[in-house]
Amino acid sequence: MALHEILLQQLFNGLLIGSFYGLVAIGYSMVYGIIKLLNFAHGDIYMIGAFCGLIFLTIAAPVIGAGWPSLIVGLLISMTLVGLLGVVIQRVAYRPMLKAPRLSILITALAVSMILYNTVMILSAGRYRVFPAEVGTESFFIGTLRFTETRIILIVAAFTLMFILHMFITRTMYGKAMRAIALDRDTCQLMGIDVYKIIAITFFVGSALAAAAGIMAGVYYGTIHFFMGFLIGLKAFTAAVIGGIGIIPGAMLGGLLLGLLEAFGTQIPFIGTVWKDVFSFAFLILFLIFKPNGLLGRAESERM
Amino acid sequence: MAETKIKRKVTDTIDSVIITLFRIFDNKVYRYTFLFAAAAFLIVLPNLSSRFTQEIMTNLFFYVVVCLGLNIIVGYAGLLHLGYAAFFAVGAYTTGILSSRMGMDFWLTIPFSVFAAVLAGLAIGFPTLRLRGDYLAIVTLGFGEITRLTIRNLDITGGAVGLIGIQRPVLFGITLNQISHFYYMFFILAILAIFVSYRLHDSRMGRSWEYIREDEDAAAAMGINVTTSRLYAFVIGSSFGAVAGSFFAAKMTAISPDSFMFIHSVMFLMAVVLGGMGKIPGVVLGCIIVVLIPEISRDIGQYRLLIFAVMLLIIMLYRPQGIWPDRPTISAKE
Repeated sequence: MALHEILLQQLFNGLLIGSFYGLVAIGYSMVYGIIKLLNFAHGDIYMIGAFCGLIFLTIAAPVIGAGWPSLIVGLLISMTLVGLLGVVIQRVAYRPMLKAPRLSILITALAVSMILYNTVMILSAGRYRVFPAEVGTESFFIGTLRFTETRIILIVAAFTLMFILHMFITRTMYGKAMRAIALDRDTCQLMGIDVYKIIAITFFVGSALAAAAGIMAGVYYGTIHFFMGFLIGLKAFTAAVIGGIGIIPGAMLGGLLLGLLEAFGTQIPFIGTVWKDVFSFAFLILFLIFKPNGLLGRAESERM
Repeated sequence: MAETKIKRKVTDTIDSVIITLFRIFDNKVYRYTFLFAAAAFLIVLPNLSSRFTQEIMTNLFFYVVVCLGLNIIVGYAGLLHLGYAAFFAVGAYTTGILSSRMGMDFWLTIPFSVFAAVLAGLAIGFPTLRLRGDYLAIVTLGFGEITRLTIRNLDITGGAVGLIGIQRPVLFGITLNQISHFYYMFFILAILAIFVSYRLHDSRMGRSWEYIREDEDAAAAMGINVTTSRLYAFVIGSSFGAVAGSFFAAKMTAISPDSFMFIHSVMFLMAVVLGGMGKIPGVVLGCIIVVLIPEISRDIGQYRLLIFAVMLLIIMLYRPQGIWPDRPTISAKE
């Protein structure tokens, strides 16, 4: 393949992986924006989403098959269930800690993350599980570029979800309330906004999007694993920082950008796939040094 | 409402039991008697016990050293560090490489390992601590993973197989190669770590950490440079880990990337938090819990981490100050 074709192919790969990162980063960023919590459990929520999808497909396969229709149903059901799980976690573990020192709530988030992945590890016996989706693997060519139907559907689905979220945040009262709470929680409470309800909704939406990303990753990679959320949690944080943490369009942009950086980074001779994660971590550090507010963030000093 | 009341009552009862139990240590006579008895017991223990017991106790002392280092960062400065195993790895691999590849004497490698940890600590800490304290948590988490990947993929670190043939330390002409030698070596290190921790806590620096932890803005207003002060805590704590890593390498003579996983960072953190962050007896207690529970009942095996995670959550929700109670101070009595 000629160089420009490799680049085009990587552009497409990068956009696809980047859209997964973006979907997870949105939840990360939303939660950070609203209660200033780095939710370590978010990567594990993504993993739980993938396992929910797996369980649904295993049950549904004999009845309605494991093609696209049942995947879509499974996606919606898992998003709802995992969204509710997010709300429960928020209620049990985070809400009592909102007034506690920051260190306590961070440790709580770590504990939640460990509880989630250790539970799944025990239930799945720690093995890789094949994701039983039966979707087209045949590829077609545009020029010399190879595409599969699956990848195109996944990327369209990811962008659709991001678009719906964007509408939700910008056009509904709930979205408005979320943005307001991110600015000043106490004043919102005085204005009669049910802050706890909005926080719960934020967790629902963020977790549901992560679950969707988890299922898509299951379809894309073909296998899932209890530890799959660990690295993507880090990547999502990196994406959120690149875009500007707390800013939702920033998380989408950051995710896509990080996906592209990784896809092109693996093409650089000295980096390759082995150093892919080191490469994106280096980007995190560089952004923290030179552009800590991210691409879309405005420089502002933290208020007391 | 009734449910909350019951909950309150249960936690209060547990609290009062723990406090009466530990109140003994508030009395100086009892405290020092206990400490001397414990020290005497630990000194004669290798003559009385099996190699297996000595191995566990050495591991315990080792945990005390590592966790006291982590305690400087988490307990004193109030920063969450999730990649402590990486700094431990930096120390272990510095000693490992210098000793096995260049034949350097063990004791001479220690300054290099501290230097490497300081460099790594500055590289991670400077960009992060300048911004927000809690960014450090996730950046160290990433750093832990990156360090593991790096030592796995480099040639000089021996890749996934690791390093072998690290030389044993020689002290006064004796090569330390028996488990009882390492027992005493780590015992002395643990005592040193406790001493240094107390001195740091009572130093000007220690007080500034406490101030920042309690109220960052007020501390800054009083002229404390928050970033520098936190950076000191981070670098000093990291160096503790690196020194422990060097001794670990000397004891094992072979190290591989598997000894420095995320799980290890979590276990260190667990020990610091369970007993009581920032309190030295609490950290020691936490180490005893974390090291001994899996030894006592090996059946729990794969549930071990789940159990620890649930304990961590419960501690955070109901007893964030840890198991070891705070000593009543004048302000608490008011």
